[in-house]
Amino acid sequence: MGSKIVKKELIAPSVYRIEVLAPQVAKKHQAGQFVILRLNEHGERIPLTVLDKDPQAGVITIVFQVVGKTTMMLEDLKVGDEILDLVGPLGNPTEIKNFGNAVCIAGGVGCACVYPIAKALKQAGNHLTVILGGRTSQHLILEKELAEISDRLEICTDDGSKGTHGFVSQVFKQMLDQNQRIDYVLAVGPVLMMKAICDLTRPKKLHTVVSLNAIMVDGTGMCGSCRVQVGGQVKFACVDGPEFDGADVDFNNLSARLRAYKEMEDLARELYQEQRQAK
Amino acid sequence: MSVRATKGIAMSEQSGKPKKKPKIPRQKMAEQAPAERVKNFQEVPFGFTLEQAMLEASRCLQCKNPKCVNGCPVNIDIPGFIKLIEQGKIIEAAWKIKEQNSLPAICGRVCPQETQCEQLCVLSKREKPVSIGYLERFVADYEREKGELKIPERRPATGKKIAVVGSGPAGLTAAGELAKLGHEVVIFEALHEPGGVLVYGIPEFRLPKSIVRAEVEYLKALGVKIQTDVVVGKTISIDELLREYQAIFIGAGAGLPQFMNIPGESLIGVYSANEFLTRNNLMRAYQFPQYDTPLLRGKRVATVGGGNVAMDSARTALRLGAEKSFIVYRRSRVEMPARIDEIEHAEQEGIELHLLTLPLRILGDENDHVRGMVCQKMELGEPDESGRRRPVPIKGSEFEMPVDVVVIAIGNRPNPLIPKSTPGLAVQKWGGVIADEKTGKTSREHIYAGGDIVTGAATVILAMGAGQNAAYAIHQELTGEDLAPKKPEPAAGEDEEE
Repeated sequence: MGSKIVKKELIAPSVYRIEVLAPQVAKKHQAGQFVILRLNEHGERIPLTVLDKDPQAGVITIVFQVVGKTTMMLEDLKVGDEILDLVGPLGNPTEIKNFGNAVCIAGGVGCACVYPIAKALKQAGNHLTVILGGRTSQHLILEKELAEISDRLEICTDDGSKGTHGFVSQVFKQMLDQNQRIDYVLAVGPVLMMKAICDLTRPKKLHTVVSLNAIMVDGTGMCGSCRVQVGGQVKFACVDGPEFDGADVDFNNLSARLRAYKEMEDLARELYQEQRQAK
Repeated sequence: MSVRATKGIAMSEQSGKPKKKPKIPRQKMAEQAPAERVKNFQEVPFGFTLEQAMLEASRCLQCKNPKCVNGCPVNIDIPGFIKLIEQGKIIEAAWKIKEQNSLPAICGRVCPQETQCEQLCVLSKREKPVSIGYLERFVADYEREKGELKIPERRPATGKKIAVVGSGPAGLTAAGELAKLGHEVVIFEALHEPGGVLVYGIPEFRLPKSIVRAEVEYLKALGVKIQTDVVVGKTISIDELLREYQAIFIGAGAGLPQFMNIPGESLIGVYSANEFLTRNNLMRAYQFPQYDTPLLRGKRVATVGGGNVAMDSARTALRLGAEKSFIVYRRSRVEMPARIDEIEHAEQEGIELHLLTLPLRILGDENDHVRGMVCQKMELGEPDESGRRRPVPIKGSEFEMPVDVVVIAIGNRPNPLIPKSTPGLAVQKWGGVIADEKTGKTSREHIYAGGDIVTGAATVILAMGAGQNAAYAIHQELTGEDLAPKKPEPAAGEDEEE
């Protein structure tokens, strides 16, 4: 069966956008949901963000950053190759309505998750501000697409090569300090970034949605690998999330759990690197 | 063959009836030695030899009113297939079983025969019952290994389409029965491999995956189609399926792990049994790095719970290289829900049972990795609502167990994905889909359900029985024909011994 890759492009260092034939997922996907894939019989199952869909063509667009063995293998696939297993859409769709002034904060590949949500928020009538951050100007992804849908786009880079020199949290803090009216905040990116944003909004009781990239296996609530502590309760990112009220999330625990298999992941990556070189 | 011998019962000296040949003891399956098997994931028992099987079969009394059949949730003609084994007609015996049960190689391995057919075997009053389970396993393996799989004749196509949700024991059974009756059946499976708990839950050493694959191939040969990677409730809803299918059977299982809600459960190294077993069985983490899925291999592993899943987890931990593997259970040994066979196997392998012990909290180190578990000793008090004596904490008995992996095997609840996405489908307070016990009918027209999603976590064979009953009910709805077996009430006090 498999899902065929019909388009593939490098959009930032180590970040790819691929289009994959997956008619059932394309028909059903809503902003905020994700897919899980497995590349071959020996592969692991990993969750990935769906950037966009084309139900007519039966195609979904996936954005991924090369970080471990599975994403390295995905990087090595060419247009025409098939992904053995692809299942979705998983997780709950984002709650979309006209909140008023919405601020979407995207760090790194988090942009891929933010983009469809921001687009839906804009369509629902929100005044949309997007804060887009990356390590360097090269690492800013989807800048053009986000510029098209947002009323205001703030760009920042860690090295100052484009936009404000600094983190998204610093840009966001300025906005808060200027007492701009904000009704809704969405933050997706590295755990530390989401934590920093929530630390800013929590004292102001400003509703902040975060999307959590926990480690998953089945993605249907069956295993509990992706459990996160939210407001002192155990929640499963795959079926209760992936979005949660950021004020209640235990980011330290999430961060630790994301490192659970670091040694084994390093080993798998090294072995694959050797295989690549041997070819 | 010359094994045809005695009816196994030695007549008493006083009876005056002619003495029969000495009784044949219940045959034992040879198995891997404990010290050897803890180093591998291969199956523990080797199964009967042909001679053993025929000898064991000769112990059956061939009761006219066989009580064993009443203990079988899928109504296998037990004396019938055993008679065929006794006559050396092994393939025919397999076919006899398959009239009622499409998955004998699985049932022969994982059914709790000791509380079902074998418990009712009249021999068990005086000696050990006939090894019905081992015999079932033997004939199924024999048939498969001889490559003489017979595909039963399907009834003419009815033109009816039925969707089966989930490819675990309930779904596979329902699908097989419906296909035999001439219906078009499509199974929708959320994972990438069919089998449900048979592939993600039950370890290789208890149920080799090659056997599950063979049984799935048999269903495919019956005409059943299987679509993997489809999460019903997400990829497609039940109501969408109803537009294309005349009836639906939901056998999605009890796939929602329970946690204890004690401090430390989110530490690294704490697993639900589902995760621990899924990573290992479905994803083959025990073959890492040949397979990509990682799993933390503890040196000292505590598994919390007393059921079969707990035994599977603790035994898996040993095979992954644990120096110590503990079972931590809050009640006493007699209350353990695990099969006796499984507890014995676990103990032979060196698993230590910490009974009457309740975990209070899990301790982590500076990196959030598990380093220990604080437990409390319990004693048995008055019986609770389950009829088992309630464990009561002993004051001041807290102690710390140094462990680096904790597996929580205290049960599963029905997965809410389908109920939540199916308006009007009535569920119990605890999440189980409400379905008629005999027919699997739910609160929604044309929708049937059975197995763990209805009962909560139970056994493979009960799920299969529910799948079979629902298949007959669906067939009746679609064609008007009633095929449900009329089980005779067991006649009281009647002895079938000769």
